[in-house]
Amino acid sequence: MKQSTKRTMSIGALSQEKIVFAITVAMFLIFAVFLNGFLGANNLLALLRSVSVLGILGLGMLIVVLGRGIDLSMVANMAISVAWTIQLVGNGMGLGPALAIGFAFALTMSLICGLLVAYAEISAIFATLAMSSFIYGFGRANLITGTDVVYLPASFGWASQIGQGRLAGIPIPILLAVILAVLVYLFLKLSKHGWNTYNIGDNATAARITGISVRPTIVLQYMLSGTAAFVAGLITATAVQSMNTRIVNSNMIYDVILIVVLGGVSLSGGRGTVRNVIVGTLLIGVLVNGMTIMDIQYTIQNVIKSIILLMAVIADSVLNPRDEQTGQQGDI
Amino acid sequence: MSLTNTLKKWRYRWFPDHVVGEILSKNWIDNAIPFTIMVITVIIFGALLPNFYGGSNIGILARQYGELALVVLAMTTVILVGGIDLSVGSNFALGNFMMLYFLNIADLPVGLAALLVVLICGTVGLVNGLLVGYLRLRAFLTTLVTLIIVRAIVDLLLLQYAQQMSMSFYSSPLWDAMGMGGAWVFPFSFIVLAVVAIIGHIVFSRSGVGWRLLAIGGSRRSAYNMGLPVRRLVCSAYVVSGMLVGLAGVLYAARLSGAGSDTGIGLEVSALTAAILGGNSLGGGRGSVSKALMGAVTVLVLTNGVLRLGLNSGSGPMVLGLALLFAVFIDVRWMKNRQKLLSKVYVSPTLVEMPEPRPTNSGPFALNDRLNAVEVIAQGEVESPEDVILDDEDFLYSGNRHGDIIRYFPPDYTRHEVYAHIGGSPLGMAFDPAGNLLVCVGGMGLYKITKADRSVSLVTDETNRSLFSVVDDSRLRLADDLDIAPDGKIYFSEATVRYEMHDWPVDALESRGNGRIICHDPKTGRTTTVLRNLTFPNGICTAHDGKSILFAESWACRINRYWLEGPKKGTTEVLVDRLPGYPDNINRASDGTYWVALMGMRSPALDLALGMPAFRKRMARRIAADQWLYPNLNIGCVARFDDAGEVQETLWDRRAANHPMITSMREHKGWLYLGGITNNRIGRIRLSDRDEGWTGFASYWGKKKGASA
Repeated sequence: MKQSTKRTMSIGALSQEKIVFAITVAMFLIFAVFLNGFLGANNLLALLRSVSVLGILGLGMLIVVLGRGIDLSMVANMAISVAWTIQLVGNGMGLGPALAIGFAFALTMSLICGLLVAYAEISAIFATLAMSSFIYGFGRANLITGTDVVYLPASFGWASQIGQGRLAGIPIPILLAVILAVLVYLFLKLSKHGWNTYNIGDNATAARITGISVRPTIVLQYMLSGTAAFVAGLITATAVQSMNTRIVNSNMIYDVILIVVLGGVSLSGGRGTVRNVIVGTLLIGVLVNGMTIMDIQYTIQNVIKSIILLMAVIADSVLNPRDEQTGQQGDI
Repeated sequence: MSLTNTLKKWRYRWFPDHVVGEILSKNWIDNAIPFTIMVITVIIFGALLPNFYGGSNIGILARQYGELALVVLAMTTVILVGGIDLSVGSNFALGNFMMLYFLNIADLPVGLAALLVVLICGTVGLVNGLLVGYLRLRAFLTTLVTLIIVRAIVDLLLLQYAQQMSMSFYSSPLWDAMGMGGAWVFPFSFIVLAVVAIIGHIVFSRSGVGWRLLAIGGSRRSAYNMGLPVRRLVCSAYVVSGMLVGLAGVLYAARLSGAGSDTGIGLEVSALTAAILGGNSLGGGRGSVSKALMGAVTVLVLTNGVLRLGLNSGSGPMVLGLALLFAVFIDVRWMKNRQKLLSKVYVSPTLVEMPEPRPTNSGPFALNDRLNAVEVIAQGEVESPEDVILDDEDFLYSGNRHGDIIRYFPPDYTRHEVYAHIGGSPLGMAFDPAGNLLVCVGGMGLYKITKADRSVSLVTDETNRSLFSVVDDSRLRLADDLDIAPDGKIYFSEATVRYEMHDWPVDALESRGNGRIICHDPKTGRTTTVLRNLTFPNGICTAHDGKSILFAESWACRINRYWLEGPKKGTTEVLVDRLPGYPDNINRASDGTYWVALMGMRSPALDLALGMPAFRKRMARRIAADQWLYPNLNIGCVARFDDAGEVQETLWDRRAANHPMITSMREHKGWLYLGGITNNRIGRIRLSDRDEGWTGFASYWGKKKGASA
């Protein structure tokens, strides 16, 4: 329903998603022709694998953004919950309980985010920004008090396969990302809460009036994004054998927003599907992979990504114009 | 029991309930919470940290405060316009780097270098402004992007020049003074901040540009619809923000003379926290420079304090995150509930013990039907004639609720015309010796209609402000009735200073002395308050001998005399009390007595409730206004009393058919003319045994000389 309105709005069926997809294909072709080793199966798998974490975070972010929210605490949540899990295992706790505790921590933090947004009515940007700062600070002050980096102990067992293993030749991170994408797709397409997420994002007041339990649904959205953060964290940690908590201070959360917005998900909520996230993720994957092969400096990569994000935001505002008359007060 | 009663009386007599609501209605109350937070933070860390109040620590804090507060002001400027600027952190780093670059590598003089830096950082702001203001992108995402890009640029520049810069060390007296010196005890950066803050305060609180910026923040849509250049102003806010950040960067460079990759990291979160902690509203429109400064103090003391306490690395962000959450939570709750709270506590009834009313079954107030014979004038053609008055040529005047003065033509008053249009709601009227009509206008003040050309002019709409009033009570809210003393001074009543005209029932519910008698002296043009704390002073009339004025206190059901001269000059005494109804206008009668209108009758229920202030307060809070206990205004009467306060006669209308409600009456040539504020007509009744030639005008100013027709 939302998708059809979107289509009618975009002139000549030129939605942002299609533009981005076209750019991705074009860049893919250009890199394939001009860059050595780009087209190799190993490189392509590495490409997908490198963006699988981003993609999973993007899926969590998608759910929140569809409900007209934003979750800036994802990276902090991911880093601290997984680092704590690893530290617990390192201190001799069993893998199962450690994973459970880490996951419970991630869920609790995202629950608090949800409560702050839904019940305390603090705008999502600030609630999650403050929570990000709080989660990191709390984790570093009370949980991971040693060094910035927590290394994976040998006793991590089967779980270390999450980041490193392969199944039928395909790296497990990619499989996980695909499975999660399907699950999120089904959640949004078939479940009541998924539908309600769209309704809330479209018009929260109307949703409330029609009897949708808006507040619990918003809390659920944040908890789902917390789950995605924990899974993504496990992949990251097991892939590089460690979790660096300083990742919180990096631009990673902006990359997550980047892939969501790039793919054409509207930040005003209610518009977008899993497909948009996949397209955004692929573009960033191709771009970063190509730039890395070309040996472009990391900071310049950041600039290029930022400029692309800016273009995406501009395209978004052109395709979904914000009218002075319909703009919402306090919507920054 | 009697002790509790006494305590209760004292409590309502001396505890100023109404002040609570009045304080809440002030805008500066918004500062209360941030100020408290600031004070608590300082006290806590002052107690925790040794030597916190020592000169060196304060000096260091003040120097850092100058930089931080500039960035907070930059953030606040943008927030007030309804945006957000996340790029302040990296822009700050850029400013810092560029300053050092200009001095150490480009060898520019300090002044020029600082100017260039401010311009460069302003350019970053301009990019933000163009994108957010003109392209109307989302401020959060846009400035996030510029945050990353500028940070990357700084990193690239550092890579290029860091080594070169660390080799040379710029030094000049001015530069050293900026970094380490200052004037008197104030560090240089603090002085810069003070100048910027004062300018900023004046801009936002006193200038058109500042008001327009706040209007956009308050409602961008409304600002756009009223024709403000929204895009340009939003853009300029970002430019100013960038320039302020550049200034802060220069000061930072002067203090530390070092450029590192961690300069300004996380500064945007600190600045945002400070701006919000200070009470500036997210989404814009509400906030001030002083709020930003308070927030900056809190955040600086908080971050520095946590650092100096020697807690481990995570504590800083944790405390900052909690503070931000707390601040936004308070902000949201405050915004949501302030008006609700205000409406709950503003109405503050007080304890009144009403004396037993005079009997209406016998004595002068015995019921009769004398008003049954009232003739009706202009039925259905006038709305709300509160007062009526006749001039020396027998013309009849009344106000109406549309703000007109209507003039009716003698002898039968079937024809009428709009004599003048004032606006507001004309209430009491009086003629001065020259025949000019003076009118009290509810919500507007005291006005004059000149006889010659019917031009309307303002006589006064303000009086001197009371010394300890919380709310500015210099404006006239409800000028009610007036009369003119022989010396030309105009005495008029203001029924209540706490409510607008149409909220009079709420004032009745309070029954506090909210009204006053005000005197305007046309000779000097000065207006002064004569008597305060009167219970809905209403009708006012100069005594026949001109030595005193009589005025009615409606909710107290009494008539007082205020002496203008003689041995009791300046004192007030009760003339008639225990009235069975609420007295309204008072006017002279032909035989040296006075007419008073009772606009409504007391009811035992309301009288009882007046002795139970807590009950009335609960009533005002819990149930809708239309279900409150009201004074009964459906039936009234006219009474006549003499200078000794003896009631001579009363005119009742038992059936309430012809003229149900009376607020005013004038005797004129043997007739009594009646006005009523809820009526759609004017009444008149033939009086028996009265002086057929007596007019009010002549009673005041003597017979007119010759010109009479």
